[in-house]
Amino acid sequence: MKDLFLEIWESLKRNKLRTALTGFAVAWGIFMLIVLLGAGNGLMNAFMFNGRDFASNTMMIFGGYTTKPYDGLEQGRDINLNDKDIELTESQLFVNHIDDVTANITQGPYPMVWKNKSVSVSLSGSYPKIAEMDKITIEEGRFINNIDMQQRRKTAVIATSHAKQLLNGGTDYAYFLGKQLKIGNSMYKIVGIYKAQENMRNNDVYVPFTTMQMLTNNYNYEDHIVFTFHGLNTEQENEEFERQYRAVLNQSHRAAPDDDGALWIWNRFTQNMQMDKGTSILRKALWIIGILTLLGGIVGVSNIMLITVKERTHEFGIRKAIGATPASIMKLIVAESVTITALFGYIGMILGLVACEIMDATVGKSSLEMFGEKVSVFVDPTVGLDVAFGVTLVLIIAGTIAGLSPALKAARIRPIEALRNE
Amino acid sequence: MLIELQGIHKTYDNGQPLHVLKGIDLSIDKGEFVSIMGASGSGKSTLLNILGILDNYDEGEYHIDGKLIKNLSEKEAAHYRNQMIGFVFQSFNLINFKTAIENVELPLFYQGVSRKERHDLAMNYLERFGLADWASHYPNEMSGGQKQRVAIARALITQPRILLADEPTGALDSKTSVEVMDLLTQLNREEKVTIIVVTHESGVANCTDKIIHIKDGIIGETTLNAEHHASIFGSDTIMK
Repeated sequence: MKDLFLEIWESLKRNKLRTALTGFAVAWGIFMLIVLLGAGNGLMNAFMFNGRDFASNTMMIFGGYTTKPYDGLEQGRDINLNDKDIELTESQLFVNHIDDVTANITQGPYPMVWKNKSVSVSLSGSYPKIAEMDKITIEEGRFINNIDMQQRRKTAVIATSHAKQLLNGGTDYAYFLGKQLKIGNSMYKIVGIYKAQENMRNNDVYVPFTTMQMLTNNYNYEDHIVFTFHGLNTEQENEEFERQYRAVLNQSHRAAPDDDGALWIWNRFTQNMQMDKGTSILRKALWIIGILTLLGGIVGVSNIMLITVKERTHEFGIRKAIGATPASIMKLIVAESVTITALFGYIGMILGLVACEIMDATVGKSSLEMFGEKVSVFVDPTVGLDVAFGVTLVLIIAGTIAGLSPALKAARIRPIEALRNE
Repeated sequence: MLIELQGIHKTYDNGQPLHVLKGIDLSIDKGEFVSIMGASGSGKSTLLNILGILDNYDEGEYHIDGKLIKNLSEKEAAHYRNQMIGFVFQSFNLINFKTAIENVELPLFYQGVSRKERHDLAMNYLERFGLADWASHYPNEMSGGQKQRVAIARALITQPRILLADEPTGALDSKTSVEVMDLLTQLNREEKVTIIVVTHESGVANCTDKIIHIKDGIIGETTLNAEHHASIFGSDTIMK
């Protein structure tokens, strides 16, 4: 074994430039592959990160405008959601798929005042269920509950960011539990503080939906309806369901059943599916590019091995004449090929991982303001260690293959012919 | 008989077939010091290559020590070369990037001998040939005579049945040629090494005990040369 390595070392030393250039090609190939995969992961993780605060199997329904005349009514009519829509959503018609139904009215901004401090907030009149659906985490106290709803209580749940501002930077949020704060023109009792979500520009103050209706004197109206659903697993199933749902609600508003503008449906589930599809395509593309880059390196190694074999033909002839078997000659060449790919592949892998860490420390921490929300563009752009090793292993195998063809050629030459070569 | 050749034919086919060996019959016994002499194109080098299992033949049979050497796989051939044959070439054929001692020990590497043992054995031979100081030198730092002695050491290190030399003095001046032939003679006399030398020079052939003439692919006369008076270049005359 040691002899083999000594032989290889000698051979590489004799041709430093050639070895370096080949090695560079291999290291570069792996480096690019890892950086590409890492960057791809960074983008994909960012998508998922931005979406993580919402339960994915929900649909949000908004009222829109009719885009065609129907039932004697003209187009361009404003459609507003009302209690009938909630009823229909909760009804037997959709009980196979729809689970929890909530509605929402949001108004504001209003000033929320405490002592001499004030924060500008939007009031979101919501159902209790929304805490689960929007993954709202309560830090102190509780969220809106059914009794609040039934009694149309003037209770409110504020965000940690609000509390912090009112406390002048303090974090003793529990302080506000039970206190009465003036929001807009009314007083509300604070019953809970929830963890502010980073990627929302302004977190809302939650009050009971029914209370909101009362305060705005706007019964029989919702800004939007949100419901969770199950059992719709393909894009087709989702589309079919949306079609039916839309038809039913449209009719209730005397709009054409197929009028896409009358009702707006935002389906987080299909959105996620599409994103998954997108990321999967992205991932495949990156792998393909990466592997092609790698291939360049492998071809480089094979090329070099061919040249090396040609140059050493005379030497191989001598070795054969004194007793080297074809297998031993092959071993020599393949071992050299594998050593180059493994060594420089490893270097490329390390450098690639380092580059990913650098990406993570710089671009990974930055974010964009997009549509008024803080959005991460690049999250955790790294490649798992198992992937990195897997890739390097592939490279070593490739190195073996790269060396095989020249090796076979060398092994087969008859000694007497090899010796004629100078 | 150590070496037996019966009815050996060989034809090269490079475009036009060339019938180089046209039925060689030859026997060489253990401990003999023999030369095969012929002009260029006589087939002597081809014959030597066949003897050295570096090339194969078309018809006939070749036995070394009773073993039939015919249609061997490359692996078997390498094995026999390693064990039974030591080859010395006209152009030395040392590996340039290896030192003298590394060259000498190489055949032992292919026998699986350990590093230390190889090194010691090789050093032994180099010392015997007066090349101890040159052990760590590279071939391009040595004279022709020294290189050929290294090559002979390499050929002998596996203690082969037979030592084959293809024009061993071809690249050497007259003085060094004498030295090398003296070395071969010494090896034959003192250590009973069986040696076959191929040459076209009568001075070289004269050093050997038996001269086998080859012409146009067939063995001609065999001259017994125990007194080394075989030619006008007799034992007290000039080599070359």
